[in-house]
Amino acid sequence: MDATAPARIDAPSPPARPRDWSAAWKVVLPLALFVLVLWGWETYVVANEVPPYILPAPSVIWATLLKDWPVLSVSLLTTLKTTFLGLILAVTGGVALAVLLSLSRLVEYSLYPYAVVLQVTPVVAISPLLLIYLPQEAAVLTCAWLVAFFPVLSNTTLGLQSVDRNLLELFDLYGATRPKGWPAFVGRFVTRLKALWYLRRPAALPYFLAGLKIAGGLSLIGAVVAEIAAGSAGAGSGLAYRIIESQYRLNIPRLFAALALLSLTGVVIFLALSALSHLLLRRWHESALGRER
Amino acid sequence: MQTRSTAHPHPLALSASLSHPGEGGSPLVSLRGVKKTFANGTTALAGLDLGIRAGEFVSLLGPSGCGKSTALRILAGLMDASAGTVEWPGSGADADHRGEIGFVFQEPTLMPWANVADNVWLPLRLRGVSRKAAQGSIDECLDLVGLSGFHKSYPRELSGGMKMRVSIARALSLRPKLLLMDEPFAALDEITRFRLNDDLLHLQRDFGCTVVFVTHSVYESVYLSSRIVVMAARPGRVVAEIDVDAPRERDEEFRTTPLYGDLCRQASRALHGAMAPDEHL
Repeated sequence: MDATAPARIDAPSPPARPRDWSAAWKVVLPLALFVLVLWGWETYVVANEVPPYILPAPSVIWATLLKDWPVLSVSLLTTLKTTFLGLILAVTGGVALAVLLSLSRLVEYSLYPYAVVLQVTPVVAISPLLLIYLPQEAAVLTCAWLVAFFPVLSNTTLGLQSVDRNLLELFDLYGATRPKGWPAFVGRFVTRLKALWYLRRPAALPYFLAGLKIAGGLSLIGAVVAEIAAGSAGAGSGLAYRIIESQYRLNIPRLFAALALLSLTGVVIFLALSALSHLLLRRWHESALGRER
Repeated sequence: MQTRSTAHPHPLALSASLSHPGEGGSPLVSLRGVKKTFANGTTALAGLDLGIRAGEFVSLLGPSGCGKSTALRILAGLMDASAGTVEWPGSGADADHRGEIGFVFQEPTLMPWANVADNVWLPLRLRGVSRKAAQGSIDECLDLVGLSGFHKSYPRELSGGMKMRVSIARALSLRPKLLLMDEPFAALDEITRFRLNDDLLHLQRDFGCTVVFVTHSVYESVYLSSRIVVMAARPGRVVAEIDVDAPRERDEEFRTTPLYGDLCRQASRALHGAMAPDEHL
C-alpha cells in the first residue's frame, strides 16, 4: 500500500511558509495607482483652473455625490432593481432552456438558432422598438434580460454536455433500471433525468458560474443601454438617465458622480459573483485551486 | 500450448465451484460467435468464442486494435454485438445482468466534485440506496482496496494509483459476480502497477469474484491470470489460450520462477506469431 500511500491527504492547509506577498501586492498596487491618478487629476485641474463643466476635480465629484445623494440614490436603486431582476430572469430562463435542450434534441434543433439570433442582434438596435411596444419599465427590464440571457444559456448548455463519456457509460451500466410495466422509452427518460441530476448538473456548475459572471456585467450594460434609449425619449429615472440628463444640463460633476456609481455597481457585481464561484468550486475545481509551489 | 490442469485455489476462496478452475467452475458467461463491425466499416471482432467460468481470472492479451476492449464492452452490455450472442447460463434470456457486473476503465473516471465515499456510493445511489444504508458497503469496499480512512478526500488530492483504487472500490460496491477491467493499470508507473497487481490478486481471493482483465502487457497477464486469451488484430480474433498452471497465491517470487519465464515466452510467441509482418517494426 505504501507505494501509493498519500503524503498530503488530510492536510487542507499548506504547511507554514514565508508570507506570500504577491497576494498583498495584487491589492496594494492597483490602489496605489488609483490614488496616484486621482492626485494627478486633482493637481492638473487646480493648477490649470479647468472649469468644472469641462473637467471637474475628483474632490468636486465627491462633493456632488454627497450633495446629490437623495437623487442619485433613487436612480441607483432603480438601475440595481432592473439589473438584478434582468439577471434573475436570465438565469432562470437560460438554465431552464439549457436543461430542455440537453434533454431533447428536437427542442435543441428548433430553438437554439433563435437564441443565437437574439444574441447577435445588438440590443441597442432593439431597445427603441421595445420602448414602443412595452411600458418603459418592462422594456428596460427586457433589454437587461436579453443581453444576460445568452451567456447563461450557452455556457450552461456547454457544461451540461461536457461530462466524461466514461462516466455516462457507467450510468448506462449502473443506472439503467427500467420501471416495471412501463415502455422502454420511459426507462430511458428516467435514466436521462438521473444522469442530468447526478452527473450533468455538477459537471455544468463551473461553466454556469463562468456564464453568470459574464451575465452579471452584461445585465448592467443592458439596463444602461435601455435607460439611455428611454432617456433620450424623455422619460426615466435610472442612473443612465441621470447621465443623459446631466449632459443636457451641462451638470458635468453630477454626470461623473453617476458614472462612478455605475462603475462601482459593476465592480461589486463582479466581485460578488467571483466570490460565489470560488465558494462553490473551492473543494474540487481547478479554477478555484491555488498553484502549489 | 499447455494442457489444462488443476490449479490450487486459496483455502479462503468462496465458491465451491472454484476448487477445480482448470476443469471449469460453473460457466458464468460466454460469448458465442460474436462479431462487431463499426459504422465506418472496421471489423473489430470476427467471430469470437469465449467462455468465462466462475472464479477465473481471464486476461485478454493483445495488441491495440485486436478488439479486446470491444469484447469487454459487449460482455458488459455497453455495446451491442453485430452478430452472435452473450449467454448467461442459469438465467433467463431476458434477465438484466448489469447489476452483477463491475466495470473499471483505463482512467479512474471519478466525479471530481464528489469525495471518495460519494464516488464509491454512486452505483448504489443509482439503485436507490441511501447514503446511510450504503455506509457499510462503502467502508467495506474502501477497506478492500486499502483506502480506509480516505472517505472525505477529493480525487484531486489522490495519486494516480489511489484514484484507480477508488475506481475499483466503486466497481465492487454492487458486489458484482463479474469484474471487468479495461487496461486499468496501463497509465500507471511500474512500481505502482506491481503493487496494484499484488493487491488485485489478494482482492480476488478475498472477494471471490470472477475477473476479465484486458491488457497489452505479457508480464502482467502471466502474473495475474489463471487463463490467458491471446488475441490478434485485423480482424480481431483469438489465436491462443494459455492456462497458467500455478497456484493463485502469488508474490514477487513468482516472477523469478522458471514457469513464469516459460509462460511469458509462450504468450509472447503466440502474440508475435499472429502479427502481420508489417507489425513487427
